[in-house]
Amino acid sequence: MKGRKLITRLAAALGILAGGSAAFAAGGEIVIGDIDDLSGTYADAQGVGGIEAIKMAIGDFGGTVLGRKIVLLTADHQNKPDVGASKFREWSDQSGLNMLIGGSNTGVNIAMAKVAAAKKVPLFVIGAGGASLTNEDCTAYSIHYVYDTTALANGTASTIVKSGGKTWFYLTADYAFGSQLQNAASKVVEANGGKNLGAVRAPLASMDFSSFLLQAQGSGAAVLGLANAGADFSNSLKAANEFGITKTMKPAALLAFISDIHRLGLQTAQGLYLTTGWYWDLNDDTRAFAKRYFAKMQVEPTMDHAGAYSATMSYLAAVKTMGSADSDKVMAELKRMKINDMFAKGGYVRADGVMVHTMYVMQVKSPQESKYPWDYYKVVKQMAGEEAFGPVTGACALAPK
Amino acid sequence: MFGVPTTVILGQLMLGLVNGAFYALLSLGLAVIFGLMGVVNFAHGAFYTLGAFAALLGLQWFGVNYWGALVLAPLAVGIFGVVSERLLLRHVYKLEPLYGLLLTFGLSLIVEGTLRELFGSSGRSYPVPDALKGAINMGFMILPLYRAWVILASLVICGGTWFVIERTRLGSTLRAATENAQLLQAFGVNVPLLFAATYGGGVALAALAGVLAAPVIVVSPLMGNSLVTVVFAVVVIGGMGSILGSVVSGLTLGVVEGFTKVIYPEASNIVVFVVMALVLILRPAGLFGKE
Amino acid sequence: MRKAGIFYALAGLFALCVPVLGIYPIFMMKLLCFAMFACAFNLLLGFSGMLSFGHAAFFGTAAYTTGWLVTAHGWGTVPAILAGIIVAAALGLGIGLIAIRRRGIYFAMVTLALAQLVYFICLEAPFTGGENGLQDVPRGSLIGVLALKSDIVMYYVVLAAFAAVFASIRRIVHSPFGQVLKAIRDNEPRAISLGYDINRYKLLAFVLSATLSGLAGSLKTLVLGFTTLSDVLQANSGEVILMTLLGGSGTFFGPVAGAALIVTLQEYLSDIVGGWVTVIIGGVFVACVLAFRRGIVGELAALRLLR
Repeated sequence: MKGRKLITRLAAALGILAGGSAAFAAGGEIVIGDIDDLSGTYADAQGVGGIEAIKMAIGDFGGTVLGRKIVLLTADHQNKPDVGASKFREWSDQSGLNMLIGGSNTGVNIAMAKVAAAKKVPLFVIGAGGASLTNEDCTAYSIHYVYDTTALANGTASTIVKSGGKTWFYLTADYAFGSQLQNAASKVVEANGGKNLGAVRAPLASMDFSSFLLQAQGSGAAVLGLANAGADFSNSLKAANEFGITKTMKPAALLAFISDIHRLGLQTAQGLYLTTGWYWDLNDDTRAFAKRYFAKMQVEPTMDHAGAYSATMSYLAAVKTMGSADSDKVMAELKRMKINDMFAKGGYVRADGVMVHTMYVMQVKSPQESKYPWDYYKVVKQMAGEEAFGPVTGACALAPK
Repeated sequence: MFGVPTTVILGQLMLGLVNGAFYALLSLGLAVIFGLMGVVNFAHGAFYTLGAFAALLGLQWFGVNYWGALVLAPLAVGIFGVVSERLLLRHVYKLEPLYGLLLTFGLSLIVEGTLRELFGSSGRSYPVPDALKGAINMGFMILPLYRAWVILASLVICGGTWFVIERTRLGSTLRAATENAQLLQAFGVNVPLLFAATYGGGVALAALAGVLAAPVIVVSPLMGNSLVTVVFAVVVIGGMGSILGSVVSGLTLGVVEGFTKVIYPEASNIVVFVVMALVLILRPAGLFGKE
Repeated sequence: MRKAGIFYALAGLFALCVPVLGIYPIFMMKLLCFAMFACAFNLLLGFSGMLSFGHAAFFGTAAYTTGWLVTAHGWGTVPAILAGIIVAAALGLGIGLIAIRRRGIYFAMVTLALAQLVYFICLEAPFTGGENGLQDVPRGSLIGVLALKSDIVMYYVVLAAFAAVFASIRRIVHSPFGQVLKAIRDNEPRAISLGYDINRYKLLAFVLSATLSGLAGSLKTLVLGFTTLSDVLQANSGEVILMTLLGGSGTFFGPVAGAALIVTLQEYLSDIVGGWVTVIIGGVFVACVLAFRRGIVGELAALRLLR
């Protein structure tokens, strides 16, 4: 029986250690958190680079705000809503979290938004795209900062329909983001006189898209709508090439980051239309940021990286202006202030949480058109924020029509 | 037919045959290890993944091309298997068979976890070898040449293995060891060596399947995980110790899965398990089982 | 028996003081739910000698049932938990009837495959929310009397449930039914020759184990406020096996110790070493199978006995 007592004591000791260690950040610091997909399907869009961007912002802001040191906590949600939500809750309860940057994966962010509302901690959604985050799933504490499925559809889908792609078939990632993206694109297609012939749903992080693509081909549609992202996007596009599907169907990259284009190579990706909230080569400001980022990460930043930087700066600025880290005060300031930095000019946070800013429809250059490394995009259309994100739908209680 | 164009049906059946080839290869390795050693190798999926990674890293680090990988990767992984067998596995032979399952389960956690930590969980791609690029226009679909090669290669390997085990002296020695290892040892056969070689061989088969899969599938640390459960079901359906049973079941179930994708796509993931449940109710020893 | 009594009293005292000690209640509740799951699993493995590789199916299905009834249909907390338990029991009966036909390894593989089937059904079924799972499950109140929103109140409720499950398992094992199970575990042919209908006993043990696993799952949903595919994932089945084996199958407190160890490791070690936690746990598992088959509690008990 001595052995059993020993176990009890060990467990107690572990427990006390646990309780103690978790409360380390409670002493007057400003705690920023980043919960993201650091190793999976979406790791390149934000991921480790996003952490670096946040660190750059903290450094640029001076490392402290209101005399309080800024601390960064990071965690990998592994594309599991329960992991993300639990970590967020734990940091709020135990580590005095003041603000959370939300990484990729809409499903995880929906779960985290609920925690944000319950714990009253501002959540900046960067990597995730689902527009429901500012509609049915909106909260008083979430801000959708970089892009959303509405903007993607209004940009890419409308460009393709207007240039002749009238019939669509979707390959959709089988979770919140994929379905929302497919729905948004479908609406735009129909609004522009096109037809949606059907869709096939592939699990997130599928390894073999061949049978799904075969179904797509069987539909006879002119456009293959790829309602997925990250590694799913590049893998499905490659498979589509392999099976000769891209000869009869035009692929629509409903969400693509520059990291995806880099992975695919211009030979495969040329001619693709895509919508982005930011591009490294737009102007001198963007290039300046990109240069610093490249020095650290050896790749050019995606819109998520720039967005993470900008969101952190905006948050810290709001805290400074209000002289307090109180969430309600900070949220009020964030919805009042204008965002003018290398990420957005004249951007503002709407009542439903959308950060309204200019979006760009790009076309991927051909290998001949590209003059230097990472010279991948040409601007096809510049959309004002109001056009890209559309009017307030009224689905969010905070922003009635 | 079924409201779906015939081309799509045939196309899915073709793809199903390709998948079936993988099922057959993997269940072959499992059946060999189980039939000859009584060990259920839960780490089979992990070795399959290792094979694919060996090919990938062989290319990236040493410039070993696909054809070299087909030989070297199974060799390397097979050696790793032999080492695992000698160090870890042989301690559980004298215990209940359940411990073999548990040990290999733990081993799979280590291997897959390490791969995931080192390489991230999103996949990398492995290029199709130049000689097999391009596609055959079969009329109802464009079949990439590489996939046709996979079917051919698997059939040859499965056939070859079956032949070795059922028709050669080496094979009969192996089969004798299953029936009465001690007696065989008394005859002067080095049984521990035989066991080590068998495990290494079975595992090398898994790795070979991994190399074959690399250009088709995304090479990721999780690739074996999702496959191993299906392969277990295939082996149960075919009959646990039967090599012929595993191969036939593997190919057939691949095609059945492909067919299900056409008529009832949502069920395509579970059809193998449903078949397994039915087989268990109607014929518990499996279709070709010996009990 | 007196020593066991002292031990349990001390453990109970510690458990009661947890909120006072400043330990994160949600972490402790998660630990208790998994300890319950492991104890239920051990009823089957340790005391009946059957290794199921798919127990996550029962844990997860009950979790989904409770979560769905509370969120989509506004059921009360206790009825939802009861519904979860009943569903788990029914599933246990269904899977058990098919799986019992085989023994040993085959039994394990069949449970594995059938659990995978359950996983895919949960993935596809419209009401489970697929990859998103069920979110924002409110805790409600206990029979309308005790509001469960407070973590501390919920903790004591879960603790009480755990104590009840633990006591029931002890009761079952020490009962004549339990003795027959142990006899079947130790020597099945002899049990048959003694005239027992072993399939009936095994099936009943399986269903009991499934039911209690379901209770653990339902509670977990209410504690954490969500149910996701992780609950029915193969990895979850693997983890409960780990917990039971590490702690010591065939002992009462073993699964609890094992669960405590694994949940703690995953929570706090992962902050330090990130994903390597899985590899470390795998290594510990292999070591266990090779050298410490009796698990922590088993080994310690054996040491004491030898002295």
